Amino acid sequence: MQRYDVLVVGGGHNGLVTACYLQRAGLKVAVLEKNGWVGGAATSRELTPGFLYSNCSYVCSLFRPEIMRDLELPRHGLQVVAYEGGAVLTRDGDYLASYRDHDSHRREFARYSKRDAEAYERYARDVTRQCRFIQPLLMRTAPDPFGFRPRDIAEFVYLAKKFGEFSASEMAETLRFWTMSISDFLDEYFETDVIKAYLAISGIIGTALGPMSPGTAYVLLHHYMGEVDGSVGAWGYARGGMGAVTQALASSFIASGGTIRTDAPVAKIFSRGGRTTGVVLENGEEIRANLVVSNADVKRTFLKLVDEADLPEDFVHRVKHFKMRGSSGKVNIALDSLPEFPALPKGSSCIRGDLHFTDTIERMERAYDDWKAGRWSADPMLDAMIPTTLDPTMTSPGKHFMSCFVQYCPPKVEGRDWTDADRTAFAETVVGQIADYSPGFRDRIVHMEVRTPRELEAEVGLTEGNIFQGELTFDQLLFNRPVPGYAQYRSPIAGLYICGSSTHPGGGVMGAPGRNAAMEILRDLKRSPEKMSNAHDVI
Amino acid sequence: MNALTKPANAQDARRAARDHILAPRLETPFHPRLAALDQVNDWYNWAGYKAPHAVFDEELEYFAIRSTAALFDISPMVKYRISGPDAERYLNRLTLRDVRKLGIGRVHYTAWCDDHGHVLDDGTLFRLGEQEFRLCCQERHLPWLLDSDFGLAVDIREETDEIAGLALQGPTSFAVLAAAGFAGADRLKPFDIGNFPHDGGPGCSSVTISRTGFTGDLGYELFVPRAAALSLWDRLWDAGGEHGIRAIGYSALNRTRIEAGFIVANADFVTAEAALRADRVRLPDEIGLDWLVDPNKPHFNGRRAILDARRNQTLKHILVGLEIEGNIPAEHAIVYHRGKREAGLVTAATWSPTAKRNIAIASLERPYGTTFTDDLWVEIYAMRELKYQKMMKRAKIVPRPFVKLARRTATPPGLR
Repeated sequence: MQRYDVLVVGGGHNGLVTACYLQRAGLKVAVLEKNGWVGGAATSRELTPGFLYSNCSYVCSLFRPEIMRDLELPRHGLQVVAYEGGAVLTRDGDYLASYRDHDSHRREFARYSKRDAEAYERYARDVTRQCRFIQPLLMRTAPDPFGFRPRDIAEFVYLAKKFGEFSASEMAETLRFWTMSISDFLDEYFETDVIKAYLAISGIIGTALGPMSPGTAYVLLHHYMGEVDGSVGAWGYARGGMGAVTQALASSFIASGGTIRTDAPVAKIFSRGGRTTGVVLENGEEIRANLVVSNADVKRTFLKLVDEADLPEDFVHRVKHFKMRGSSGKVNIALDSLPEFPALPKGSSCIRGDLHFTDTIERMERAYDDWKAGRWSADPMLDAMIPTTLDPTMTSPGKHFMSCFVQYCPPKVEGRDWTDADRTAFAETVVGQIADYSPGFRDRIVHMEVRTPRELEAEVGLTEGNIFQGELTFDQLLFNRPVPGYAQYRSPIAGLYICGSSTHPGGGVMGAPGRNAAMEILRDLKRSPEKMSNAHDVI
Repeated sequence: MNALTKPANAQDARRAARDHILAPRLETPFHPRLAALDQVNDWYNWAGYKAPHAVFDEELEYFAIRSTAALFDISPMVKYRISGPDAERYLNRLTLRDVRKLGIGRVHYTAWCDDHGHVLDDGTLFRLGEQEFRLCCQERHLPWLLDSDFGLAVDIREETDEIAGLALQGPTSFAVLAAAGFAGADRLKPFDIGNFPHDGGPGCSSVTISRTGFTGDLGYELFVPRAAALSLWDRLWDAGGEHGIRAIGYSALNRTRIEAGFIVANADFVTAEAALRADRVRLPDEIGLDWLVDPNKPHFNGRRAILDARRNQTLKHILVGLEIEGNIPAEHAIVYHRGKREAGLVTAATWSPTAKRNIAIASLERPYGTTFTDDLWVEIYAMRELKYQKMMKRAKIVPRPFVKLARRTATPPGLR
């Protein structure tokens, strides 16, 4: 029987990041992945000949450059290519574009409202200020307010000091910002529906809340963060699709001596006398290790892989009530030619960015109403991108891959399980919306993969298909993510850690949870994390 | 776009404006003339417009300003039209100076602040009529201006793209106006505004001329509707041939504005709406604009914060003019007290060819510049053939302007 120092359950990007750091620190690490490939929600898969699909996550906005550097990901093939803006197509046949050029961006907003065009500066300043506050916290373990250890106290002092750099009015703004709805927040700056709709999208992506729900303003930050990074190339398409991120991680891991086992679904994580001793695979094979790190979400880890009986009752209660509601689906489309959007100017850069068809916040909120009733949105909010306009490696010239993130999409349809007929109808809703703005769109479709929460859970392993492994609302952040008292990547079982997006600082293909978990594990092992860079300073 | 092609409704106007993306860098109304004169192809982006750093030679352009006459295109400057029965009351509440004292046909330099007294921008306020004003500035403020009207009867409109502006500066600038037939321009005193007949085609029969400028020299600023721009340029250019008129770019103008001791928003100070860092904002007294604040006029925005800061002596910075030994410009140099303690930063610096002095504008952290005014030094890093020559040079606080020219204020103005 093979013996490892560390077993990582699940080969998603965070699991691989943790595995890389631990292997590089001199531990013997194996990654156990249930699928025949690694990548979790960051994959590139050839689902039809000649087309690579980023079939789950689709844009690289938050992946920490410090991690890319530490783990030598560029040498292992990772390249992130910046893209250009995007557009919302409106029902009256016009559009609102977003341009990289500052003045073009202002003029575009001014087509709708001169006031809004000039208000954008103030808006961008305020959001950037909030991002500057949050960003340094991403790569730090959140302090445990109940810990009272010198480290926790020092971390609180750090937080207080960061917060103290704000003026009194900024502190008030921050507290409002973390708790208010994206719709209310935008109302304070803008008057034009389509402008607010465009900016609100980032507040609801991946979240089972509507734009009018409190807490959605913070979600916007999470998406905006990549843009203030200051490192060129932090935001964009991963060349070769999102799988390029995890392929580079896997290659780096293997190069440093790590072991990856695919088709190795873990059935149970052992726990004896409050300590883990390894795992058993679904085929009955037992693998022993001193430490187990779970990349699975907090519900799968503690409600499925670990015996509930081995856990404290209050902890289980908290895990059960951690909000991880499925709210989105994904339609991935192979196209034999570039779709045309007659509303957009010929040769417009918009088609190389994010495309949307929801031109008011009200429509988004109505789409959310459908979700509350247990239906997918009849008029869904799409975040569509065609990465092949900038990435020549995913298909052959002239052909394209289109990724459509779709919201809202419930984990169950009116309380019952999804059926294939539901899924077909869901896809039709999405394709129908695009075709309304792109004549001939249907004829260009070569192949299509439709993923409802059912498929996201079954294939990727995301509970309810929640892309963030837990919603990013203030009650589930920092020392409350995933469970108060267990926000530092440890668990009630000695030797068992969690490193996925259920932990601080949350989802998005960021890598920070995986990196922070590795840091805590090395601390427990009293090993130096010298090969781990601190977060770049935000100056 | 004329009256015939003017869109019938907002939606059509919105559609008509779609093509802006085809030319992300706009050309000003004077661009055809500037482009024809341009020899060095050295353009920069001024608020989304193509603007010249230099047109033929930065140094020679400087001497055109100080010795003959220079034409500088100020069209990209942000312009707001503020009108209505309550326009005066509105502007008095918005800005620091007492607008009641601003006569019709007069201009004054002013600034405006947020609730915390932090400067949002500085600019020039033109009183074109009893109820008619134009506010010219560097940054954009439409939401702030609209939100400040508190139910007053005032109409606020952004008119940057509609109005073409030209600065005509230099000792022969009046001679150019006279030769161009602007009869009566001699009566314009500094900060006066006049309307002069000009055949600018349909809809334009006059040009607005103010005796203002950014050079500290004799000079004028001329404003016409966009469509009349080229006819105005040609009128000045044709008349100016005998008077040494030259087109210039920003580099030359910048030298003269430093000599004149003028500050530039987001160069010499960070405006409150642009500042990401809480400590970068400035009260008027911290950037040398204390003289604009009129505590005796009715309430204006930021008043309490400014007066509290004065009373409680919590002002943190001060803006000073420096004269630095040697002749190497100290741009963005750190200012030290006793050569050791950091006291501030040089925000603009140049060698003044007119004063023959090495001058700078600096922001110091009090008490440097207030209690400690002696023993100041600047650390200059001059890159010379791939090596930094590091120098610690003595700096002396001196009053601004660094260059004071009698011809700037002489009325009637001189001809050469």
